[in-house]
Amino acid sequence: MLPNYIPAHVPISWYLILSAMLFVLGVAGFLLKRNIVTVFMSIELMLNAVNLSFIAFGFMQHTVAVNAQVFVFFVMVVAAAEAAVGLAIIIMVHRNRKSLNVDDIELMKF
Amino acid sequence: METILFFVFAALALGSAINLIRESHPIYSALSLVAVMGALAGLYLLLGAEFIAVVQVIVYAGAIMVLFIFVLMLLNAEEEVKIDRTKIAVRLGYPLLVLLAVEIISVLRAKFPSEITSHADLLNGDNTREVGRMLFDNYLLPFEVTSVLMLVAIMGAVVMGKRKS
Amino acid sequence: MTPFATFLIATLIKIALVLFVLLTSLAYLVWVERKVAGRIQNRWGPTRTGPHGLLQPLADLIKFIFKEDPTPVAAERLIYFGAPFMALVLSLMAITVIPFGGSVKVAGVTTWLQITDLNIGMLFIFAATSLGVYGIALAGWSSGSKYALLGGLRSSAQMISYELSLSFSVVGPLILAGSLSLRTIVDSQAGYWFHVIPKWNCIPQCVAFVTYLIAAFAETNRVPFDLPEAEGELVAGYHTEYASMKFAMFFTGEYANMVTSSCIATLLFLGGWQRPFDKIGSFDWAGYIPTAVFYALAVILLVFSLKRARLVERIVLPVFATVCILIGSLFLWTPFHDPAEGVFWFAAKVLFFLLLYIWIRWTLPRFRYDTLMEFGWKYMIPVTLANVLITGFIVAWRTGH
Repeated sequence: MLPNYIPAHVPISWYLILSAMLFVLGVAGFLLKRNIVTVFMSIELMLNAVNLSFIAFGFMQHTVAVNAQVFVFFVMVVAAAEAAVGLAIIIMVHRNRKSLNVDDIELMKF
Repeated sequence: METILFFVFAALALGSAINLIRESHPIYSALSLVAVMGALAGLYLLLGAEFIAVVQVIVYAGAIMVLFIFVLMLLNAEEEVKIDRTKIAVRLGYPLLVLLAVEIISVLRAKFPSEITSHADLLNGDNTREVGRMLFDNYLLPFEVTSVLMLVAIMGAVVMGKRKS
Repeated sequence: MTPFATFLIATLIKIALVLFVLLTSLAYLVWVERKVAGRIQNRWGPTRTGPHGLLQPLADLIKFIFKEDPTPVAAERLIYFGAPFMALVLSLMAITVIPFGGSVKVAGVTTWLQITDLNIGMLFIFAATSLGVYGIALAGWSSGSKYALLGGLRSSAQMISYELSLSFSVVGPLILAGSLSLRTIVDSQAGYWFHVIPKWNCIPQCVAFVTYLIAAFAETNRVPFDLPEAEGELVAGYHTEYASMKFAMFFTGEYANMVTSSCIATLLFLGGWQRPFDKIGSFDWAGYIPTAVFYALAVILLVFSLKRARLVERIVLPVFATVCILIGSLFLWTPFHDPAEGVFWFAAKVLFFLLLYIWIRWTLPRFRYDTLMEFGWKYMIPVTLANVLITGFIVAWRTGH
């Protein structure tokens, strides 16, 4: 049904390549964007890329694949806690500096 | 069939991630991130992790991203101002990016040669039970510690969010 | 034909059938609500459009299609047009895992009366509910008006608060059934205690039943939790700036949410498609109940048709009575009786919950926003958590762990 050069099952290296590319895009967003909430979202993208890596490695092992999935569960929980606290900090910064641009928040004291 | 689904989800994930960086309005970036998470949930299903796929949608896409969108709506986020970049950065940046991509792909393909991985025994539908058993047997201490972590995070967020009145 | 091809065609037919039945029943649910609302308020409800106001949904549809559709200047175009679609699609997604009955054998192919039986069916429904918050929050924000933004934020905050108690209420029946698949949950409620009381989950899990209903009312934004849509407080909340077809999509999405919540309540707590009456000895008297109900309905319709003033009503009602007699006689034919009896009981229970929704809407006043949030966080969550703890403890004690 498919052409010859497309395999019937997906090799694991493809999942890892996708995970690496998403991670690099996350780093690019972290360094390039000016809005602080978008920078925070790039961090979440990096965490998601790492989750995909974990699950791909878990799939590679024949017997105990569930270890990787439990780890991903913990990563999600920690990401949730970090998102809550980080957004609270961002709201406080906005209250004081009235701006969400990282270039305006670079001085320690006015 | 599995390959076609992989390409669809991978294209959706990569396209949304690139859109996240290219968009100037932060709410469109947030919605692109939700699309990335949905595509990743599809990929987890292909890898036999159905519990994690649904938990990803419920927790990440349905709760954490809603929190991000709430904060963006409340703080009235606007479009980013364009800053000038030097010409050298643009002219060198894209070729170096392609070089990095080629390097990563070749290293990963050398380290994990294309073995056909179809572990049918993982797709027997017992995933939730196994994850639950593992959480309460081997990983009980981290489980309890993360619940304390969540409590601390909630307290911190509430204390920091209050107005001083 | 290959097994995959038969599976594909069977699934497509099921999707078309379920979608058709669901959308038609949504339209007539609006009619039922207006009639029942009228009767509770001691008036008739719609009577002019067609006999007994039965063409009222059609009139509403025509109005929605031809009405002017203005777009506010300050609206974010892409999200403003996309939000109603999102709300409607996410409401309809949950129907795909709901089982309506046992299995049926048509043209040599045996299929479940369910579009697909996921082994994580209940979590899929939670996922659809969690994503439903997006439709409302984005609709409120993208309208570019203060009332809409406030209404959207309040409504989404209410929905996420009550999602927690909804999930905890559902965990009780899940512990008793031991699986997340909806078909297994219903099958675990088969049987009778003392041959009289059916083993439905509403009896051992009565607290979870009540808290599930309260949380479902809050999730679907119905009274007494409908402050975000109240006309006195916030004009119309998140759908203030939406007109005609887009408003119709929100409206349909809200009623679809109602139907989905009722279906889940029957599956989890009221035993799904199981009948409430046991056989006496080996005589299956309860199998004749659908036939008896349809015949009685036909007689009632015939009696009503004798005293009508309008000619149209005097003709239409006997036609309906004939249809009821035909369906009742169809139930006496065994190949139709066995699968259709399950669907009959399922539909009866869902109808009970929908009437409960409508009855409560026109009886109770609405919550104020701060008491609503306080109730959700301070009272519902401890009660549902205690229910989960006690259920788990009792199950563990009985299985000897």
